[in-house]
Amino acid sequence: MGLKDFFKNRQIKKAAKLQGQLIANGNGHDLKPEPSICDDQLCILWTKCLGCNELLYTSELKKNHSVCKHCGYHHRLSAQERIDLLTDYGSFLEIDENILPTDPLNFKDLKPYQDRLKDAEKTSGSKEAIVTGIGTINNQPIAIGAMEFQYIGGSMGSVVGEKIVRLIERAIEKRLPVILVSSSGGARMHEGILSLMQMAKTSSALKKLHEEKLLYVSLLTEPTFGGVTASFSMLGDIIMAEPKARIGFAGRRVIEETIRQKLPKDFQTAEYLLENGQIDLVMARESLKQSISDLIRLHSQNVKPKNEIRSFSRMPLFARV
Amino acid sequence: MKTKQEVLPLDFEKPLIALSKQINELEEKSLQNSEKKTITDLKSQYEKVKGQIYKNLTPIERVKIARHPQRPYTLDFIQGISPTWFELHGDRTGKDDAAIVGGLIEIDGQTVMAIGTQKGRNLKENQKTNFGMPSPEGYRKALRLFQHAEKFNFPIVTFIDTPGAYPGLEAEAHNQSQAIAMNLRELSGLTVPVVAIITGEGGSGGALALGVANRVIMLENSVYSVISAEGCAAILWRTKDKAAEAASALKITAPDLLELGVIDEIIPEVEGGAHYNHKETCKNVLSVIKKHLNELNELQPEELKADRQEKFRRLGVFTSV
Repeated sequence: MGLKDFFKNRQIKKAAKLQGQLIANGNGHDLKPEPSICDDQLCILWTKCLGCNELLYTSELKKNHSVCKHCGYHHRLSAQERIDLLTDYGSFLEIDENILPTDPLNFKDLKPYQDRLKDAEKTSGSKEAIVTGIGTINNQPIAIGAMEFQYIGGSMGSVVGEKIVRLIERAIEKRLPVILVSSSGGARMHEGILSLMQMAKTSSALKKLHEEKLLYVSLLTEPTFGGVTASFSMLGDIIMAEPKARIGFAGRRVIEETIRQKLPKDFQTAEYLLENGQIDLVMARESLKQSISDLIRLHSQNVKPKNEIRSFSRMPLFARV
Repeated sequence: MKTKQEVLPLDFEKPLIALSKQINELEEKSLQNSEKKTITDLKSQYEKVKGQIYKNLTPIERVKIARHPQRPYTLDFIQGISPTWFELHGDRTGKDDAAIVGGLIEIDGQTVMAIGTQKGRNLKENQKTNFGMPSPEGYRKALRLFQHAEKFNFPIVTFIDTPGAYPGLEAEAHNQSQAIAMNLRELSGLTVPVVAIITGEGGSGGALALGVANRVIMLENSVYSVISAEGCAAILWRTKDKAAEAASALKITAPDLLELGVIDEIIPEVEGGAHYNHKETCKNVLSVIKKHLNELNELQPEELKADRQEKFRRLGVFTSV
């Protein structure tokens, strides 16, 4: 890319920024939108690391899965980048991409919800805050969903809930393990109570998955809060998180206002959760694919084929002892 | 119960207070004919204004009624509807959270598990109950009681009146999100009838954690929302002063939620709100509980579970092209 193109693109990017984007997240978290590192049309040459402020060559950073070489800071990934990271090349098949948001409450704050949806689609390049589908991870089939934080703060509305439930139903039908990657500010306010109901809807679907004895791995990434943490994210059989990811129920600012004291610096980080026994492990991005695939392998070895599980009453008498 | 105690007026009731004061003053004076006429005039005006105010309550006014300090709380309802109250305590791992109360009651000779959030009426009570904001231990106590009810085949009735789950340091350290998420998942899998009644504030995930029920019912002036009106205004309007607008936009009142299909029935309150007459409110609540329990008792255990799961599976509005 020539210098001319660079400046031209920078102007486009500035204009896009000026249109203004407001992150909407459920429970009042103070989550600032992170500038996207690089997308195809608005490529920038350098990216400032959010961990150590070092200037990084964007293409190099992308090659390293957006992890800073100097300080190891894990920048946010888009849903598509996340799926590319975890699934085998060319194996992913998106499902339910035709499920799109509407405006059930005719919600309008400083800007109509309809307009926010259009803007979100433009800035994130995604049609909703989650991408779901079927793919393989080191040749083992999985049902996977990854959230898109750039789309209205990855907030969960009707579409996110529906897509997760359909993914789980598909996994039950095909007997696949489920992997959900969360990155969200919580429930989406613009759909009001319907967003809240998605917490019950997804948790209820996970109850079925649980009863079917299928594996569910939940991966928490920067940031995961509110209604998303308080529903499907915290219900994983195995829960993993990326280093330094902020994860919690209430936002830091809300807690500080409530208890009127400063919170420790590491509060609500992945490491803090690990220390408090809330998650299984903190895992660097480069090893994620391997360890998830190992987990799936370990969990699939002792599974009884379904027709072999017989109820007690149908067992022959001599075997009932 | 405090039905005879003087009711504290809300700010939008001020015109009524002024009128009734005027009427009382005139009545105390020795009555002349001309004054008698003024009194009857004033009285008819009083009735007119009263009708106008209470017939056209705005969402934010309903929020104020829902938060009224004299509104009946869970323990008032329990005492009002059941001759028996056998309270059970503790989550069995370290704490007894007073913000959630639970125990056994009797309705029509049937043992019922009653669980609800509890607010306090004075500072001391509120210190104990944390203003009705449960800790993770409270939700785990509720979970324990759900499982107890499941074991002994008791129907469950929950009373919901909470600003939300407590946003505090200790609550986060003890995994508030997981406590709520587990309740959502386990409630959806129960095979006993579950009836949830929102009696005051239905504050987001903290309310939903007791609200995954076969029948969700609201008192006329209660509210149920994904986020508090003030919280929503602070994020989307960037000022808490716009709470009234936020309350309207979020669609949080009982009639709105009935229209959205989120709740099944509205229990009428006396004019002005439940705090004007606890006895009448309890009577209405009891008859509605009886009606729904009778209907639900007809269903088989697996049908009850499927009914609840399908109820929440349906919630959400989206398009699929």
